[in-house]
Amino acid sequence: MPRTSKRKSAPPNSSSVTSPEGRSVSIKAKTKGMEKIDRLFNSYANNSLGMIDPDGIEALCSDLGVDYTDVRILMLAWKLKAERQGYFTQDEWRTGLKALGVDSLSKLKKALPELENEVGKSSNYEDFYSYAFRYCLTEEKQKSVDIESICELLNLVLGAQFHPQVDLLIEYLKVQSDYKVINLDQWMNFLRFCKEQISFPDLENYDASQAWPLILDNFVEWMREKHS
Amino acid sequence: MGQMVRYEDDFEADMLEDTGAYYSRKASSWIEDDSCPDYMLKSEECLKKERDRVSHYLHSSSETKLLEKVQHELLVMYANRLLEKEHSGCRALLRDDKLEDLSRMYRLYCKIPRGLDPVANIFKQHITAEGTALVEQAEDAASNQASNAPGVQEQDLISKIIKLHNKYIVYVTRCFQNHTLFHKKVPHELLVMYANRLLEKEHSGCRALLRDDKLEDLSSKYWLYCKIPQGLDPVANIFKQHITAEGTALVEQAEDAASNQASNAPGVQEQVLIRKIIELHDKYMEYVTRCFQNHTLFHKALKEAFEVFCNKTVSGSSSAELLATFCDNILKKGGSEKLSDEAIEETLEKVVKLFAYISDKDLFAEFYRKKLARRLLFDRSANDDHERSILTKLKEQCGGQFTSKMEGMVTDLTLARENQASFEDYLRNNPAAHPGIDLTVTVLTTGFWPSYKSFDLNLPAEMVKCVEVFKGFYETETKHRKLTWIYSLGTCHINGKFEEKTIELIVSTYQAAVLLLFNASDRLSYSEIMAQLNLTHDDLVRLLHSLACAKYKILSKEPNTKTISQSDYFEFNSKFTDKLRRIKIPLPPVDERKKVVEDVDKDRRYAIDAAIVRIMKSRKVLGHQQLVSECVEQLSRMFKPDIKAIKKRMEDLITRDYLERDKDNPNLFRYLA
Repeated sequence: MPRTSKRKSAPPNSSSVTSPEGRSVSIKAKTKGMEKIDRLFNSYANNSLGMIDPDGIEALCSDLGVDYTDVRILMLAWKLKAERQGYFTQDEWRTGLKALGVDSLSKLKKALPELENEVGKSSNYEDFYSYAFRYCLTEEKQKSVDIESICELLNLVLGAQFHPQVDLLIEYLKVQSDYKVINLDQWMNFLRFCKEQISFPDLENYDASQAWPLILDNFVEWMREKHS
Repeated sequence: MGQMVRYEDDFEADMLEDTGAYYSRKASSWIEDDSCPDYMLKSEECLKKERDRVSHYLHSSSETKLLEKVQHELLVMYANRLLEKEHSGCRALLRDDKLEDLSRMYRLYCKIPRGLDPVANIFKQHITAEGTALVEQAEDAASNQASNAPGVQEQDLISKIIKLHNKYIVYVTRCFQNHTLFHKKVPHELLVMYANRLLEKEHSGCRALLRDDKLEDLSSKYWLYCKIPQGLDPVANIFKQHITAEGTALVEQAEDAASNQASNAPGVQEQVLIRKIIELHDKYMEYVTRCFQNHTLFHKALKEAFEVFCNKTVSGSSSAELLATFCDNILKKGGSEKLSDEAIEETLEKVVKLFAYISDKDLFAEFYRKKLARRLLFDRSANDDHERSILTKLKEQCGGQFTSKMEGMVTDLTLARENQASFEDYLRNNPAAHPGIDLTVTVLTTGFWPSYKSFDLNLPAEMVKCVEVFKGFYETETKHRKLTWIYSLGTCHINGKFEEKTIELIVSTYQAAVLLLFNASDRLSYSEIMAQLNLTHDDLVRLLHSLACAKYKILSKEPNTKTISQSDYFEFNSKFTDKLRRIKIPLPPVDERKKVVEDVDKDRRYAIDAAIVRIMKSRKVLGHQQLVSECVEQLSRMFKPDIKAIKKRMEDLITRDYLERDKDNPNLFRYLA
């Protein structure tokens, strides 16, 4: 299997460590640590695929005591830098869990709140937010996501923090007919819109002559009509 | 070298304080006793003396501090009292034209921060008062005046105002050293304000003169106001408002008339409107040349006024469409305008002038092109020279690219005639190839002509042969060209062998195809006809209606209702007859407006894309607003792009990776090579 061969060709090495005793110890420690991680991986992985598939993830969620659709799973995917929605490869698993500093299920469970904090930091948040969108691009060369999914994603990602804005935005997205899909630029601007403290719900300080995407201009118009 | 500490702390500080106290005492007594000019003289003297003292006895570093102290005590502390002295203060000096004293005042106060503000204010108030007094004088005199010399008072007033203006300009240069504070205060705005009051006078003001067409009076107004700096601005403004109001009224009239009109004369009101707008333009152009000496301000006013109402819609038709229809009427045979060649040329000139005011020039081009196509293809053009003439004029206005397609169309027709001649030669030389029917084919260059949908019409056998024969001929002439047949544009002459007599029917190719079906069958249902010809429902209904329910009933329909339904049956109406031997069965054209607007919108999207890419390619990085405004400017020659449309295209270009938004500044865009 390609994965195992990769493993063989790139053994965990610690060539930077000088003392021979230290070297053997750290290799051992690393191998041991990696072993646990790998074992955890294998317990969820689909053996014929060599990676964790949606079923595996669902099982993981249930073991973590977290809902399949919980935003924390998305955060975990972000931490793992998972490329394909619904799947975790072994490399991603390893890198991610190492970065989290966990190698067991219980440790992973404990690490979740910390992960939330980490994501919440403004320097990471934009990255996570943009990741959330890209995670939905399941087809090759796909650039946009359908409205339904975007609404769900908005709720998941921004719903807690920007509740009123998100609710209204989702309402608008569902009634409008100009756009059937949303692209990354529009998605990023939703965040900007929420962060930029546009006064709600009158939206008085929104300036349509600025470079806001048209969909937000239309949203503001719709809001203003609603409230007049 | 040594430091100044001893000097400053032990000597200078005290000296300054004592000096201050000294002048404070002096000032408080002088201000009571002396007139403003005298006080100022004394102040000037004091300052001079202190300067001398410094140069003789003191260290130079003391000069600024000392003078500031003196100024403060003498001039700043008592500024108000000084300037406002009743009989000798600033106002009095102005009143009595004491230029020397005013100069001194300026010299003294210009060194003090914000010292000139009160002086400038008094200056402005004084001039305003004098000017207002003049105006009121003139108004009184005018109301007492006999009404047969109304303009005299005004002329008088204007010349007095100009004198006032010149007098105070002298003050500004001589006393106030051309300081900007005083230049602003010399009331350019005030003069214009007076001008406005006069111009807005209800019965003799500018509006009244325009309303009553008093060209001579307007002319004299022009000469009067052109002497006042910026005095012509209000006049031009009133001119513009007047024209805009008249033009808008015309448009509204036409809109009302059109909605009340009987539906069998559509478009008449709109054509009348264009005529009236042309007349309006001529009228006010004359004003610009005769009364306003061709001054650019008035040309601009005229242009802006026309741009306002020339872009209004009348009963659903845009002005671009109306203008194109107007041209069509002039250029086609039997058009509503029966004019001499000269008159036509003149009218076309004027139309092109109006065209300059229309913002949706590309829309006009598309409508014009469609109508031109119909004129050319159905041989309805009255005069080839006129066709070319208007195209030349449009080319002068808008450049060759605008008219290149249309010119191509006109040329195509000429070439087509030559081609037809060759085809006829070919047939003569190959009699076996002859299809048995007289056939005329017009070959059009696709790029020039509007796009036409070509249907897979099932041609009658006779016509199929024609098509084959021509194809054979064409391939001998040119290889590598593809012929697409547009049957919707064809005409057919068919002999209808009716019981009473044979009548030649001039019909469209589609109509002919329907009729020829009845050579093989006596009676056909709607669905049978549809199946045999392979047309859409819309087209078929139109066709059958023209043959069975219109003026000439070539086919009889069962049931004999006025509209076509899918369950109808049709038969050849052998009982049909008419006093003429040859009749034309018209097929009402499909409303092309919707398609034209769609096509133009599509082209506009490409144009906006191209403009954005062009701009970004050269600038590399550009802010949102700038990009939008440059885009609008670049495209303004053809149309006025909607800001939303530009935004939408930008988003599309972002998705297609031509542009990206800057990471840090969301209002900035970057070109992606």
